[in-house]
Amino acid sequence: MSVCKEDDPRIDGIQSRIRVVPNFPKPGIMFQDITTLLLDPKAFKDTIDLFVERYKSKNITVVAGIEARGFIFGPPIALAIGAKFVPLRKPKKLPGKVFREEYDLEYGSDCLEMHVGAVESGERALVVDDLIATGGTLCAAMNLLERAGAEVVECACVIEIPDLKGRDRLKGKPLFVLVESQ
Amino acid sequence: MAAQIVDSTDDRISRISSSIRVIPDFPKPGIMFQDITTLLLDPKAFKDTIDLFVERYKDQNINVVAGIEARGFIFGPPIALAIGAKFVPMRKPKKLPGEVISEEYSLEYGTDKMEMHVGAVKAGERALVVDDLIATGGTLSAAIRLLERVGVDVVECACVIELPELKGRDRLGDKPLFVLVS
Repeated sequence: MSVCKEDDPRIDGIQSRIRVVPNFPKPGIMFQDITTLLLDPKAFKDTIDLFVERYKSKNITVVAGIEARGFIFGPPIALAIGAKFVPLRKPKKLPGKVFREEYDLEYGSDCLEMHVGAVESGERALVVDDLIATGGTLCAAMNLLERAGAEVVECACVIEIPDLKGRDRLKGKPLFVLVESQ
Repeated sequence: MAAQIVDSTDDRISRISSSIRVIPDFPKPGIMFQDITTLLLDPKAFKDTIDLFVERYKDQNINVVAGIEARGFIFGPPIALAIGAKFVPMRKPKKLPGEVISEEYSLEYGTDKMEMHVGAVKAGERALVVDDLIATGGTLSAAIRLLERVGVDVVECACVIELPELKGRDRLGDKPLFVLVS
């Protein structure tokens, strides 16, 4: 199930700052560009505030952000709610010992890694990325956290592409988004 | 309302410094890699890191914080949010979806490119460039050149860590560098 904040007056401003770039990275894809949102300090702040308001009383101890755009939204949320921030990275970027989780792409596969020891058993985690499409990356992220013994409380994204049904790939965990895009 | 007690700068730097993990021989033999992911696991140290930058820049009329992919995306946005500036990601090639300008820079062997969206910044804006660490200064100087090509005034570069023996500071031309840990 996904929850959306359509009724909040700040959403319009956020949605209007997202730029759609056609045919990127390949023909037929309407790319949701959040960099224009980051150019509007009020809209960026509102984005973070909407997440913080939802999570500050949920005893979240770790915010995991998916490289690279999850690194933009995750840390401000973590700082505001007093949680750790854990970067989930493409292979060979993290210098220490890692957990590695492979996941399928349209053609081929990719990998996500997390440092061993970053997350302790029993921790309550939030997974953050800018956007959920098919949900493959978020699912890999959840697997990493669960392998380390954490409980994934929710996944949080700025944008969802509902037609791609990513929320069905989240192993029953809830998804919270601010904006839905067709 | 009770006065908030802020630890002394020295105490905060001390905690930040000791939270950074050194990983020998990564990414290759002989390199002592400065791993900031352990700093991000200490909410107080991470908050202190951001606060130290914010205290320095909040009254300097900074309009833009440019963060270098990917670890600059972790530190740049919280600073931008706190000082009311835009955040502009400086990215590896082919990641940004819109029209870009790019700047080539030297690596130990070969070259790489850094890109910024056209229109993200305007001539006359005052910018801060943020990354987790300065080594040779190659990446930071590429970011400075990109911003200056469109008429931006780069006020300062800010990093958590400096490796002084690599003399990166000298590659920044007349631009000052501010670091927390040397």
